[in-house]
Amino acid sequence: MKKEGKIQVWQDYQKEIADDHYFYVRSCIRQNFFPGSEQTFLKILRKELNKDIYENPHHTSCSGIGYHSDIVPFDTIQTIIARQFALMTEAGYKNLAVSCITSFGIYNEIIETWKEFPDELEKVRTFLKKATGREFEIPQNVAHASDIVYKFRNKISSIGKNRLINQKTGQPLKIVEHIGCHYSKMFPCKGVGGAEFPYVLAGMIESWGGEVIDYPERRHCCGFGFRQYLIMSNRGYSVSNSRKKFESMEPYHPDAIVSNCPGCPMFLDRWQYVIQEMENKTYGPNGQGIPVLTYEELAGLVLGYNPWDMGMQMHQTNVEPLLDKMEIEYNPDLKYTRKDGKMIGKPMMVGCGW
Amino acid sequence: MHNHVEMHGHASLQKKNLYMKHIVIIGSGIAGIETASALTDAGHWVTVIEKEVHVGGKLNNWTYLFPDFTPAEEITKPLFSKFREKDFSFLPNTEIKTVIRNNNKFSIETSGNQQLEADAIVLATGYELFDARRKEEYGYKIYDHVITSFDLEQLFKPEGKLTVAFGKHPKRIAFVHCVGSRDEKSGNHYCSKVCCITGVKQAIELKKRIPEAEIFCFYIDLRMYDKHFEELYRQAQEKYDIQFIRGRLSEASENIDKSLLIKAEDTLSGRPLKMNVDMLVLLVGMEAGEGTTTVARTCGVSCEESGFLKTQDSFLKSNFSDQEGIFLAGSCFAPMSVHDTILHARSAAQEVNDWLKNNN
Repeated sequence: MKKEGKIQVWQDYQKEIADDHYFYVRSCIRQNFFPGSEQTFLKILRKELNKDIYENPHHTSCSGIGYHSDIVPFDTIQTIIARQFALMTEAGYKNLAVSCITSFGIYNEIIETWKEFPDELEKVRTFLKKATGREFEIPQNVAHASDIVYKFRNKISSIGKNRLINQKTGQPLKIVEHIGCHYSKMFPCKGVGGAEFPYVLAGMIESWGGEVIDYPERRHCCGFGFRQYLIMSNRGYSVSNSRKKFESMEPYHPDAIVSNCPGCPMFLDRWQYVIQEMENKTYGPNGQGIPVLTYEELAGLVLGYNPWDMGMQMHQTNVEPLLDKMEIEYNPDLKYTRKDGKMIGKPMMVGCGW
Repeated sequence: MHNHVEMHGHASLQKKNLYMKHIVIIGSGIAGIETASALTDAGHWVTVIEKEVHVGGKLNNWTYLFPDFTPAEEITKPLFSKFREKDFSFLPNTEIKTVIRNNNKFSIETSGNQQLEADAIVLATGYELFDARRKEEYGYKIYDHVITSFDLEQLFKPEGKLTVAFGKHPKRIAFVHCVGSRDEKSGNHYCSKVCCITGVKQAIELKKRIPEAEIFCFYIDLRMYDKHFEELYRQAQEKYDIQFIRGRLSEASENIDKSLLIKAEDTLSGRPLKMNVDMLVLLVGMEAGEGTTTVARTCGVSCEESGFLKTQDSFLKSNFSDQEGIFLAGSCFAPMSVHDTILHARSAAQEVNDWLKNNN
């Protein structure tokens, strides 16, 4: 593998990422899957990077999951997106920061639709006006939240307390990155590094001292794929997709997986547990799994945040092997306690690698 | 006044031209040299401008030619002989800066600040190979053993080494047809015409050198349009056991041992296909290239949507650009084989000569 070839591709796919003053739109499912990640992102931007980021409590789901499941019609989702933009316009913001990859794809798809078909834009303006009385401007800049972390990766590195280094061996941690299909496969030019050799997460990993693992099934879907999971009878298909990725990355002995998308860390995390239960197979050393992190969690670890404050006890594949390699201090007794010391309850089903 | 010397084909051009004209030819590949040679024989004063140091163009890089495995040297040697023996001017390392039409003549300024006056111009700027890096999903210049048909041709030269990881011969090799041709994604909708037969030729050549290798060709459809092409394709299957799979590769990835995992759909069986290969050869198509585009702009000649140069009439005037007095020879007009390029160059010489007789 020739790094210089990748560098050439990365240079071809650079995007403009706004420097400050973001209007933040959240993900629906991340609140349940990894609830600390979005809070960590806001903390990093506000407290570490002194950026202005605003969220309006009246903003809603983008309805992307419904759209991709053929439940929400295109006119409807366009109008929902127009309403989000109206809230942004009313708050005086022009830079959209999107938490979710599915939403990021939706926002880009609809903005591009309006560029190609101005009649659609006028139709949606009319719909929104009639339904809510609101008007909107199209954002000047649309960035995924990971784009923003990528933009400030070197700053995070410079103020960070930890590096992505195996402290026992001194070697860079080997990290698999997974960008999520809707980040740049729909519009390669909208993603840092494009679709085939994306750099958004790889750039963070490199900046923070780790080594990026490229493996044959890197481009493959995490297993979410909407219908693969949303329709219960298809879930075996979802697991088999994730399994394909684990089998492919296993020979490289990754220390962690970092993911971009709300769905991907969920499936790459949970299905390791399921595969262990089904086949008694784990993909890390000594019966452990491969810890799966969101990029906010990874940034938080670099910045020295307490893993339990970031909600990392919600992972079903235990993160402790990674924390141990990085020699990050944590108290196992506090894993399932609240700030006031009360127990939040242990999961009934044990996680992968216990 | 017209020249009354009768012209019947190339041989007749060798008769002395009573009205010597100056023709500037841009490009010294096979088309440029062949045209220059014929026009010199016809008694004209010819100047060939070449942006590179040497004559011969892309043919210098080829080892064997389809469909009969003729060594490329057998074509370049006579070409170089003509270059040495014919009395025409040659300006290497030179590009044209401006072309201004003055009545029936062209004033040309070169990058070396020479001022030339020409009665006619022949564009023989050739083609560029598609840059396979643009098909990012195949990992050219990223994965160690993904090469192009051009690279493979270099490996066929005596100094070339047909090895992969740990110095071993590749045991399983895949060819991908239509890389940068007939491809919406790369913006090239046209067929490059010669890649199919190049793939068949190279697959056979590989099999001759590594008889134990398994070879697979992934194609959209195979366009064996010329004499002996279909026979070679048949031979590839019957004699050399080369497997042809109708399907385009969706992606390639590198395995931990540097072999390549490729994914495709076998569209005849209607099933997805995944296999590991030791080497992947991308059959890159032809593009008009920046050189042709720049020269076209300088001369005021129009390009097709494909980037290749526009002709007045593709049936009867395929050597005529849309600018009076500026002619086309070879693959700046369209993708073409060596054989077709030589014929197109000879017809260009004939057309230039006739035009000069009738218009001066």
